[in-house]
Amino acid sequence: MEYFIQQLVNGITLGSIYGLIAIGYTMVYGIIGMINFAHGDIFMIGAFVALISFIIFGLTGVALPIILLLVLLIAMLFTACYGWTVEKLAYKPLRGSFRLAPLISALGMSIVLQNYVQVAQGARVKPMQPLISGGLEFFNNSDFIVTVSYLQIFIVILTIILMGIFTYLITKTDLGRAQRACEQDRTMTALLGINVDRTISITFIIGSSLASVAGMMFVLYYGVIDFYIGFLAGIKAFTAAVLGGIGSLPGAMLGGLLIGLIETFWAGYVSLEYKDVAAFSVLIVVLIFFPTGFLGKPDIEKV
Amino acid sequence: MLKISNVETFYGKIQALRGVDLDVNDGEIVSLIGSNGAGKSTLLMTISGVNKAKRGNIVFNGENIENKQPHKIVDMGICQVPEGRRIFSRLTVEENLRLGAHANEKGKYFENDIKEVYDLFPVLSDRKTQRGGTLSGGEQQMLAIGRALMSKPKVLLLDEPSLGIAPKLVNQIFVSIKNINKEKNVTIFLVEQNAKKALELADRAYVLVNGKVTIKGSGQELLKNKDIQAAYLEGGAKN
Repeated sequence: MEYFIQQLVNGITLGSIYGLIAIGYTMVYGIIGMINFAHGDIFMIGAFVALISFIIFGLTGVALPIILLLVLLIAMLFTACYGWTVEKLAYKPLRGSFRLAPLISALGMSIVLQNYVQVAQGARVKPMQPLISGGLEFFNNSDFIVTVSYLQIFIVILTIILMGIFTYLITKTDLGRAQRACEQDRTMTALLGINVDRTISITFIIGSSLASVAGMMFVLYYGVIDFYIGFLAGIKAFTAAVLGGIGSLPGAMLGGLLIGLIETFWAGYVSLEYKDVAAFSVLIVVLIFFPTGFLGKPDIEKV
Repeated sequence: MLKISNVETFYGKIQALRGVDLDVNDGEIVSLIGSNGAGKSTLLMTISGVNKAKRGNIVFNGENIENKQPHKIVDMGICQVPEGRRIFSRLTVEENLRLGAHANEKGKYFENDIKEVYDLFPVLSDRKTQRGGTLSGGEQQMLAIGRALMSKPKVLLLDEPSLGIAPKLVNQIFVSIKNINKEKNVTIFLVEQNAKKALELADRAYVLVNGKVTIKGSGQELLKNKDIQAAYLEGGAKN
């Protein structure tokens, strides 16, 4: 039982990170109907920006909460610029082209970003010493002590806050309405006087900022990163987005959580080596029985 | 107000408009009739900037608009209700209307404007929290027109407002169009296959055949025209 609770806590933490990345996949898919395969690498860029900022601010000796906030903002800002630029360079010129073109461009962009970071930062893994240590212990009298680290609490709370802000943005603001309108009918949205290109750019900016927060969490949680982390994390987050129903925002959050839990439980109870296989097997099973994912629903329109 | 001269539009290599000349004056209702595939919707989409004219000019209040982006054209005061209404089916009625208010100084007068739309189409007020996709065809058409009015257009382009709507509602919608023109002082450019209704409503009208304007005149003149009676009125769409 204690072991189960420990895995649950770990799974939720991991799921938060996947969920934040998955939102970027699902938003971009919703609005322009393409899978942004460079999104995982945007997450990797976010992790690097966070790592570099942690090291710089670590030298100044500022208090920890202020460092966390500054790094968060800087990572979001820089990574948003990357996301925006990628869209302008690699996808916008291909809008109106055949469906596969931006997808190929995205794969290319993914390779470009990986190699760019490899050249700029070196191929070796970059370690960072733990910044937030300690935690709460439960079940002290049993054989297995459940530890919930402060870092895990930080990650989950930050995710909840961001999801809250994000949900408000999408459901209640002009920008969110314009985004949902673009998802359904871009031409009609333009015919109402809404700048569709700008709306798409903002989508990339939001998706990239959320991915950068995931990147920062990844640095804090694992303590090592390299230029290649975007690949596996990206594919898993993509799986999460499909699992929840691609195009559905609550689906991305749910899918992220599920992938995190499945992976952790598999690693904890079955086999650590095969944890990635578990996540992807679940994807295959889900696609066979629920082709639209859990929360994605086919559009029913009255004609 | 809106002057279209010698406009040619292509879809790839296929020419849809072969030099259209047409103008719409301030305060008028102008109808454009023609059969399927004559290029009526293409013309509206060209005015709105969705399709680009390869040749020719479109001038609105003295300014060339043929190379402007669609959202800029809406900002200038030309709003289109496209064929098939294109309601955002997953958004609520009120959200659809809010989207229409985007061009209108970011919805500064939203409360007042939405009330005017609800006065014009009371049924929308009853259904404001329903999703657009759950409305009937006629209600969707009202929503589409209301949504366009939220941008406070000077010219309203209407593409086939009677398409797929119960005959009883068609009359109501045509009455509303007349009201919008007379009371709200919005110039109307109406594209219709329902030639009889469109000509009865119009101050002036044009006939489009194969991407070219072949006949023009006042609505009443065209109603009496023998060629039009044979081609569009007797054998064609009846109400």
